[in-house]
Amino acid sequence: MRRLKEFIIEKLILICGLASIFFVVLIFLFLLKEGLAVFKTVSPFKFLLGKSWYPISEPPQLGILPLILGSLLVTAGAAIISIPIGVGCAIYIAEIAPLRIKETLKAGIELLAAIPSVVLGFIGMITLVPLVKSIFHLPTGLTALSGSIMLAFMAMPTIVSIAEDALYSVPKTYKEGALALGATHWQTIWRVMLPAASSGILAAVMLGIGRVIGETMAVMMITGNAAVIPNSILAPVRTLTATIAAEMGEAVVGSEHYFALFAIGIVLFVISFAINVTADLFLHKRQ
Amino acid sequence: MVKVDIKNLNIWFGSVHALKQVSMVIQANEILSVIGPSNSGKTTFLRTLNRLSDLNQNFRMTGTIKLEQEDIGNIDTELLRKKVGMVFALPLPLPLSIFDNVAYGVRMHGTKNKKILREIVEVSLNEAYLWEEVKDRLNESAFKLSGGQQQRLCIARTLAVEPEVILFDEPCSGLDPISTAKVEDALVKLKQKYTIVLVTNNVKQAARVGDMTAFFLGGELIELDKTDKIFTAPQDKRTDGYIRGKFG
Repeated sequence: MRRLKEFIIEKLILICGLASIFFVVLIFLFLLKEGLAVFKTVSPFKFLLGKSWYPISEPPQLGILPLILGSLLVTAGAAIISIPIGVGCAIYIAEIAPLRIKETLKAGIELLAAIPSVVLGFIGMITLVPLVKSIFHLPTGLTALSGSIMLAFMAMPTIVSIAEDALYSVPKTYKEGALALGATHWQTIWRVMLPAASSGILAAVMLGIGRVIGETMAVMMITGNAAVIPNSILAPVRTLTATIAAEMGEAVVGSEHYFALFAIGIVLFVISFAINVTADLFLHKRQ
Repeated sequence: MVKVDIKNLNIWFGSVHALKQVSMVIQANEILSVIGPSNSGKTTFLRTLNRLSDLNQNFRMTGTIKLEQEDIGNIDTELLRKKVGMVFALPLPLPLSIFDNVAYGVRMHGTKNKKILREIVEVSLNEAYLWEEVKDRLNESAFKLSGGQQQRLCIARTLAVEPEVILFDEPCSGLDPISTAKVEDALVKLKQKYTIVLVTNNVKQAARVGDMTAFFLGGELIELDKTDKIFTAPQDKRTDGYIRGKFG
């Protein structure tokens, strides 16, 4: 009887475990089925490197290069802002902060992670966008830069908490070894702690970037949504994610536009997958 | 010459009274072996001498420790740790080449000149009795060395920053007898130049290398005397019991 119970529970857990993989595979197959249809009319090369995205003109022009560049630009901007601040914050929390400040900061970071992205987007639209507009004397503040800044806020909790974990798990003996040689606290952090935690910190950065590239709502609200190849960080851009979210509702089911949006989904999926796998490799290297 | 002068040293970690009224004098160029069962406070004692205990947020201390008449509380922590080097129980080479491991501390203290670095590395490795074994492979990873060699590498790394006192925290606990013998040889020769405090769980090791031996029990310094005397005619019954292996 007890054996049977064990057996049933084990199998149930097995099913739970398999379910996640099963759903991923299912989603990917669905994406492939809907998305690959677009390549009947556009070559993959033209799709990825085409410079104009006019999905409802006649004939439709389905080049997603501006969207890819838009996503990359916003993501790169967010990474440049969030990585130094995030890693700095992690170092402070893990190494320098007294216990009470540490607890407060950690709670704050968790709270930041809990803010829904639409709320961040909304706040960005009201405060950041006019600010960017007036500082740089632009016709509009809806730019890649605004998106990058808001997304940096979203990447930060991921980067801080994972990087802090990585620093925390550096063996205490490393730190003591360096201090015993007469290293200052900062020399110890810079030359011993950070190199020892580097793979974990890289993983943190990759996961933060993964979060940014998949983000939709906030970027849709504040990047201006112009599907043109951006010439600077102060130009409006449109990202891959925002395109899908904005146009899926109006695309006719079964049209080339519809298939193209799914194909964008595949591109996004591949990018996030690559980023996650890279992060995973770094994390496993650590162990 | 008195190197380290300790008076009425008390240490607490939170509410735990880890060291009780310890007073002793460590003479220059001698090896002081510190023995005692675990939890006797011997490692705490060692780690207080280079203020590594300070890292614990609950650390509290009364009494004075003087290094050549200067209170260690008044010496800049980094300078103190340079003067009072430490070798840990487990050899802890950095993921660098043999050369860079030894040069690490020296570089950190600001020496950049390659020629000087090479000299320091050679001298330090010689003093740690490792030079002959590694002189042709200085650029290989330190992880390729055996455990005993790694420990001597760590000794060389500590020597390279030119300390005056070297603290050894059970340096042979993870080593085989042959490697242990080599480390002990190095210790005995090092005392010509340095003052050495050796914490060890191996009573025989204390008898082999120590000039003086201190026995700690429950945070108290029970007995401190010439090693010969401790091992032949200890004054305290508890010391006698411990070195005979009756407890601990």
